[in-house]
Amino acid sequence: MQIKPAINPVEAVKAALPSAFITVVEFAGETTLVVEAAQLVAVSLYLRNTAGLIYNFLSDISAVDYYEPTGGIGDRPARFGVSYHIYSMLYNNRLRVKVYVDEGDDGSKPVVPSVVSVWPAANWLEREASDMMGIVFEGNPDQRRLLMPDDWQGHPHRRDYPLGYETVQFSFNVEEIMKHKPVAKE
Amino acid sequence: MGVTQKLGDLGVVTTTLETAINWARTGATWPLLFGLACCAIEYMSTQGGRYDLARFGMELNRASPRQADLMIVAGRVTRKMAPVVRNLYDQMANPKWVIAMGDCASCGGVYNNYAVVQGVDEIIPVDVYVAGCPPRPEQLIHGILTLHEKIMGERIKDWA
Repeated sequence: MQIKPAINPVEAVKAALPSAFITVVEFAGETTLVVEAAQLVAVSLYLRNTAGLIYNFLSDISAVDYYEPTGGIGDRPARFGVSYHIYSMLYNNRLRVKVYVDEGDDGSKPVVPSVVSVWPAANWLEREASDMMGIVFEGNPDQRRLLMPDDWQGHPHRRDYPLGYETVQFSFNVEEIMKHKPVAKE
Repeated sequence: MGVTQKLGDLGVVTTTLETAINWARTGATWPLLFGLACCAIEYMSTQGGRYDLARFGMELNRASPRQADLMIVAGRVTRKMAPVVRNLYDQMANPKWVIAMGDCASCGGVYNNYAVVQGVDEIIPVDVYVAGCPPRPEQLIHGILTLHEKIMGERIKDWA
């Protein structure tokens, strides 16, 4: 059987889906393809199914919070970035697809289309990002939290989430802490 | 020849009911079989042949809280795990004791963050705290002996 030689994913996406392409970033030998969030599923399907690409394995989904007061968005288009680390087992190629999303004006959660229909492995990865970063993956069949308890408030990996709930205890502040520290009785 | 010595010759010991019961309890304080993190590895080592917790009548870990007297919280308690630990404690029959093993169970240790309970004493009453990260088996045995001392000091009039 003749296998089609590998083609450049960036040029292929640029040609096939010009409206989805935003930019491309090359760093440390890794390629990051930034695309429109609304067309993420179309780009994913194209990357998975096209001969010469065949990105058939989703390694990881990670989300980043570029919160303005702690470092900031800079020249990025939105506060949240969601990266899809995909791998072609046929050609031994790796690619990172990235989308940027913002919160709604009313403070509603950022929304990204789910890619579970493209790579079933995305289910738990999206649930993790959703749990930790508060990103809604529209179309994910299971919207429950993955790591934190079901009744948890907030999303711990956001930059505006408090690190802990108790000050570190030293001899100079032990009395202040013990005043409000809960202690279980029988 | 005093009466004590004479009775001793006959193989009789005089004591109080309190001391006898407390002594019996220290001799068979069965721990609940569970571990939460790396402290559990040291706890297993304590159970093993080298440190031999059987010397104190504690070689028998009960997998059911109904049959356990002692809860050794070996590891950090996450906030997701906290209701489970409290549930296990509630299911244990009286009299029951708790040892917080290691820094994390005692005060949160290095995990000063949103996910970890800052000391298991926030959810269950603790009798003995064992410091260390993780504590060596000798330290845990010292904690257990300290608990034995505490049990020996219990009074009938305090029992409900």
